[in-house]
Amino acid sequence: MSGNEEKKAPYRVQIGPTHPALKEPVMFTFELEGEVVRDVDFAPGQTHRGIEWMGMRRNPVQIVHLTDRVCGICGVVHSLSFARAVEQITEIEVPERADYIRTIIAEFERIQSHLLWAGVAAHELGFDSLLHLTWRVREQAMDVIENLTGNRVNYGIVQVGGVRRDIVPEQHRIIEDCLATYEGLLEKLLDLFLHDRTITMRCRDVGCLTRDDALELCTVGPTARASGINVDLRQDYPYCAYGDLEVRAILPDQHLGETRGDVYDRIVVRLLEVGQSCGIIRQCLSGMPAGEITAEPKLAKLLAICKKARGEAIGRVEAPRGEAFHYVRMNGKEAPEAWKIKASSYSNLMSWIPMLKGEQIADIPIIVASIDPCLSCTDRVAVVRESGRSILTKEELHRLSVEKTRRLQI
Amino acid sequence: MTERVMRAEQVVDLFKVRFGTGIQEIRLTERREGMKKQPNYNIWIDMDRDLLKPAIQQLIDLHFPHFAVISGIDTGDTVRLVYHFSIFYGHPGKECTISFGVHLPKSDLTIPTISDLIPGAVFSEREKQEFLGVRVIDIPDSRRLFLPEDFPQGVFPWRKDETGIPESMVKNLYLSRRPTDRPSPQAEAKELCPLEGEEGSGEGSS
Repeated sequence: MSGNEEKKAPYRVQIGPTHPALKEPVMFTFELEGEVVRDVDFAPGQTHRGIEWMGMRRNPVQIVHLTDRVCGICGVVHSLSFARAVEQITEIEVPERADYIRTIIAEFERIQSHLLWAGVAAHELGFDSLLHLTWRVREQAMDVIENLTGNRVNYGIVQVGGVRRDIVPEQHRIIEDCLATYEGLLEKLLDLFLHDRTITMRCRDVGCLTRDDALELCTVGPTARASGINVDLRQDYPYCAYGDLEVRAILPDQHLGETRGDVYDRIVVRLLEVGQSCGIIRQCLSGMPAGEITAEPKLAKLLAICKKARGEAIGRVEAPRGEAFHYVRMNGKEAPEAWKIKASSYSNLMSWIPMLKGEQIADIPIIVASIDPCLSCTDRVAVVRESGRSILTKEELHRLSVEKTRRLQI
Repeated sequence: MTERVMRAEQVVDLFKVRFGTGIQEIRLTERREGMKKQPNYNIWIDMDRDLLKPAIQQLIDLHFPHFAVISGIDTGDTVRLVYHFSIFYGHPGKECTISFGVHLPKSDLTIPTISDLIPGAVFSEREKQEFLGVRVIDIPDSRRLFLPEDFPQGVFPWRKDETGIPESMVKNLYLSRRPTDRPSPQAEAKELCPLEGEEGSGEGSS
């Protein structure tokens, strides 16, 4: 890929394109001068599956199950966004109890996703004991999700018009146990992540994203909030049960007194959101109204309603990584005329460029991971120097990152 | 940036007055969920192609919008692009979405770039170029985004005319059988379900 003309600095280094943990594997091309990243480019879509194309040939009830499989971590946000869009076109009123159940599942998803991310971040810094701790405690949220929906991933809980499973009184205790565990752990996690000298050195003022860049590059979710943008759909555009609760966006300056927009701020926002989610679930449990869980339990009837519907609508949900957005247009046929999915990472990827410029190679893994694209896709790097060519594997890149941590500690 | 928050009806009126006859249709929809039934507002404006950038500039003057994505629909004679924004975020319960729709005739599938106003939009513009065959004029980066490099030229996945995905490119995995040139599995062969020639006509049974 690189010819002989690239013997002089800046060197071009490619990272990617695939990593199994990413829903959108990315091919990075870095221009490096010594250890410093001068410029970055990336090419997403290495495993574009054409889900939208498939959806435009299926009916909404089938698509709901397709949306479950858009992302392996965000199992509910896409089905919820899609269902909300279709419900608006078909003018289906979702029962209030279903709104509450949807909210509870969505918040458990946020807890497990943020803990997963925190573990990845610790791993990228070479702090593997913290990775093991966070992933061990994450299991309890996964167990509760499995208890509520029947599955750890691909929950299959949302249906157009409501949800497919109720939450019964016996399950309240399991949920309550889990919330108590996390609330007890949160202080410890915050202490481990925020007051650890090494994490502070590796993350403070690293991978900065200014507020203006965050706005202009259309970032969403914790990435935007860590740069000081007050944006959270649960607060600004309340859907499901969020309108009944007092949810406010978590911004780093509330906790630290200032906003720097660096990796550290992104850790702060996500960890505090774990605590916030516990509070939301507790409020939902105590205020959950009785009643039906779906507007139309008979699928044949539901399909008939969808088939007649005409119009267009937007379904938006605050996913763990930010706004998930589905646009659906139906024109009286079985399959939607148009369906566009915008996942949260779609909006966040462009922010990598300003974050990575000027940083060191060893910081690439943590910065790439800091917007939470699930994992950095640093699986293979080819370094071209003089006429020799060497391959940097993910392990080596990870080792470089760990070594930098060690150097700082001395 | 002014931080004056307007109600959705006021935004609708503002656009009606400012752009007048260039607007073909303007709609305001609302959705209420939860027990308190707090409303969310969505504004839909269909306009002439020339008005797209002035309309976005008007949005920026109101409140720097969050740009979500551009949706695209092949309607037959035209390709309709819908630019989705949201404004007044950061004010609890006051955010509303605003979507600008433009029809591009298939004889002239061009649209000016909006990335000079909102740099992050280039991502979605690149996607529209490759998926719908729309040409975005003055786009700063016109490379492909999601489609692989060896994807055939002149095929646009979301088009529903002859430039869409041809049947020959569709791999119906459900029709595939076990390869015959491999050793047979340890387990005994299972009885195969009969395959229907077409996808389920979908009259409800699932």
